[in-house]
Amino acid sequence: MTAYQPDALIREDIAAYLAQHESKSLLRFITCGSVDDGKSTLIGRLLYDSKQIFEDQLSALEADSRRVGTQGQNIDFALLVDGLAAEREQGITIDVAYRFFATEKRKFIVADTPGHEQYTRNMVTGASTADLAVILVDARKGVLTQTRRHSYLAHLIGIRNIVLAVNKMDLVGYDKGTFDRIRLAYRAFASEIGITDFAAIPVSGLGGDNIAARGDAMPWYTGPTLIEHLETVPVDADREARGAFRLPVQWVNRPDLDFRGFAGTIASGTVKPGDAVRIVPSGRTTSVARIVALGGDLEQAQAGQSVTLTLADEVDCSRGDMIAAAGDPPEVADQFEATLVWMADEPMLPGRSYALQLGTQSASATLRTPKYQVNVNTLEETAARTLELNAIGVVTLALDKPIVFAPYEQSRELGGFILIDKATNATVAAGMIRFSLRRAQNVHRQHLDVTREKRADLKNQKPAVLWFTGLSGAGKSTIANLVDKRLVRMNRHTFLLDGDNVRHGLNRDLGFTDADRVENIRRIGEVARLMTDAGLIVLTAFISPFRAERDMVRQMLAPGEFVEVHVDTALAAAEARDVKGLYAKARSGALKNFTGIDSPYEAPEAPEIRIDTAAEDAEAAAERIVAWLLEREE
Amino acid sequence: MTLTHLDRLEAESIHIIREVAAVADKPVMLYSVGKDSAVMLHLARKAFYPAPPPFPLLHVDTTWKFRAMYALRDKAARDAGMELLVHRNPDALAQGINPFDHGALHTDMWKTEGLKQALDLHGFDAAFGGARRDEEKSRAKERVFSFRTATHRWDPKAQRPELWHLYNARHAKGESMRVFPISNWTELDVWQYIAREGIEIVPLYFAAKRPTVERDGLILMVDDDRFPIAPGEVPVDRSIRFRTLGCYPLTGAVESEAATLNDVIREMLLTTTSERQGRAIDKDAGASMEQKKQQGYF
Repeated sequence: MTAYQPDALIREDIAAYLAQHESKSLLRFITCGSVDDGKSTLIGRLLYDSKQIFEDQLSALEADSRRVGTQGQNIDFALLVDGLAAEREQGITIDVAYRFFATEKRKFIVADTPGHEQYTRNMVTGASTADLAVILVDARKGVLTQTRRHSYLAHLIGIRNIVLAVNKMDLVGYDKGTFDRIRLAYRAFASEIGITDFAAIPVSGLGGDNIAARGDAMPWYTGPTLIEHLETVPVDADREARGAFRLPVQWVNRPDLDFRGFAGTIASGTVKPGDAVRIVPSGRTTSVARIVALGGDLEQAQAGQSVTLTLADEVDCSRGDMIAAAGDPPEVADQFEATLVWMADEPMLPGRSYALQLGTQSASATLRTPKYQVNVNTLEETAARTLELNAIGVVTLALDKPIVFAPYEQSRELGGFILIDKATNATVAAGMIRFSLRRAQNVHRQHLDVTREKRADLKNQKPAVLWFTGLSGAGKSTIANLVDKRLVRMNRHTFLLDGDNVRHGLNRDLGFTDADRVENIRRIGEVARLMTDAGLIVLTAFISPFRAERDMVRQMLAPGEFVEVHVDTALAAAEARDVKGLYAKARSGALKNFTGIDSPYEAPEAPEIRIDTAAEDAEAAAERIVAWLLEREE
Repeated sequence: MTLTHLDRLEAESIHIIREVAAVADKPVMLYSVGKDSAVMLHLARKAFYPAPPPFPLLHVDTTWKFRAMYALRDKAARDAGMELLVHRNPDALAQGINPFDHGALHTDMWKTEGLKQALDLHGFDAAFGGARRDEEKSRAKERVFSFRTATHRWDPKAQRPELWHLYNARHAKGESMRVFPISNWTELDVWQYIAREGIEIVPLYFAAKRPTVERDGLILMVDDDRFPIAPGEVPVDRSIRFRTLGCYPLTGAVESEAATLNDVIREMLLTTTSERQGRAIDKDAGASMEQKKQQGYF
């Protein structure tokens, strides 16, 4: 076979050859099939026929073929592609390997993925960057369970070009009837899982029929050879270029104060200077000033290119943000339904928090119990409490912050994510977003022109949250009230949140279980945060016995705005006062989970202010707190 | 407009280089002065233009490279505006380890040990390398982000799946990653890109008359007077060039008249032996590269 490297042209006019070669496009594809389907042989054949194998490799191959080959005195092409020592000995491929070859029209990257049941993970990995899948079937066996599995996975991961390669036609006497039966059986199955179109090609990896050359064994087949098909099928990337502009910011380039560039790989669409863009999630709009490149600015760039943009206005934009078409911005959400492929030996743990990576964004994701698991052999949806290695299931994820995304069906780059175990750093799952679960998905956070700083300045004060914590009966509300009155006398704008105005309205749906207590504090924290945005000084008086929740609120607020006030009273003293008679009830067992009695109080380790109620009365304490605040304002 | 395969490879490599700069604590680019390093360095410059790449170059020197390589190394770093770190294993230097007397020990001490020392010395947690998957069988399965234990060992079974263009770069203290931005390039891609972008490479890749001797079937260039000439041996001027560059006493030349880039590419396309064939290091058993990698060789 010399068709793919026209030696004559190379010899006579290398410049012309290179010019022709430089304009080739790139197609990535995967081959799926088991060891027995002759997959490695097929790839070895593609490399051999396109002259990617050199003499020294060929002589090594011939020697290996005689020593460990399975083809007698013939060349065992499979040995070309089975890389690692361990698997060469076992005679199986155990991982994803990438091969390269080129024809006159295209360059190809082949992901060679294994067919063994336990390696779903490898196939999904190899398929995630592929435009096309070659599903191999042994002509003697036809469509098997694994054929269905491979097709389902290829479809799931978004591959829309499927080739059914019916291999080993030499072993069925190149029989047309056999080929037709397999093709029809596959069509019936394919339409069940949503594959509407596929190309079926009868081949022989061993003899090379219908791979690079037609051969004369199957004159009844008039369709394209495998290579011809691979050379002409459309590439996904061209489709992405037609979408709305999306640039996930990967790196902010700031060599000096005069230059601020935003670098990243365009996920979809095209861009040119002057285009109106919106920074997501902040919502700020501006326009593209330049597309900066070594050797001169670009006039235009498109999906798949790695670029550096400068913007017309100084806007906040950092890694993880997205620069998008102003009129067609992407969705933002923090809860999703997604399909997960579990890739770790450790099964999925509902409730556990995993690190999520999507594009250039990171977040923490908590998984719920799977809605169902898909049996990749029967395609049945079954109930599941967890997902084990190689399992595929549909799961709800809750993130600790909103992310910019697109459903996977629309964009692999903006809808595909990985989950990482925070302790071992292992990649434990691949995920594909189906849809977001919050209605807010199309509500873009409006950029606020009146900033929180401006609101605070108007009130002539520094916002803060005075978080009073301590045992029931310690005097939190009493002191908070005194502080509130003093601040108002000084023309400060304040608000006091306590059990009375929160428990009866905002949080009336919450009880006293641990989960409800956590949610109670979270909501109070969120309300307090909004009030600080409005420029207020907020006072809260809740027992808030757990350190973790108080720290959670501290994290929600701007640095320095959380002021923890520990109203420190000995349990005996609080119990002796027992204004509401609650301690008596708790002691008698009538009241469960009472802080200090049968539920712990975790005292702050380093509160901003500590009030020792045995040494200081409420008035003195309030005066000291106000003095502390005034000092802070200076 | 359809992007060409070179456009796509370039974009992918730049994406990988930027990702490492964004997520690693202290990255470094290994620079071996060969054509693959030259392409990788050029991609780094494009990734961060108009700024210089935000990491230094590291050359793990064996003291036995061709003189022309040292000259280009210093110039390339200067042109890129990058800091150049050179590490020479002090133990190998003290013991006078050389490729003539010490065989495999030469590679082990200067390159494998030298690299580990340099990474530990500076505390780098990510090192870019110019390896390609098409070079050698065990590299076909190498990840783009390849993880190494605190002792720099590579465990082929403990590598992370790489999906889409998402790279999980999280690692524990002491662990490090080797990152290969041009994993998906072939030898032809590299040459075409050098031609397209006008990248400067070591003149040894082009044919010229050079003093040589023939040993064990390899044509070796007598690059300096440390080359021990056997009794009766007379260096002969041959028109030669190199397809790959390493330590001059270990790197076989090919007889060639290809003096321009196009000539070199033509010769490469018509040749019938693989690129690494001139490397003495690969001549051991089939899995030797894999074993070297497990020990910490790049």
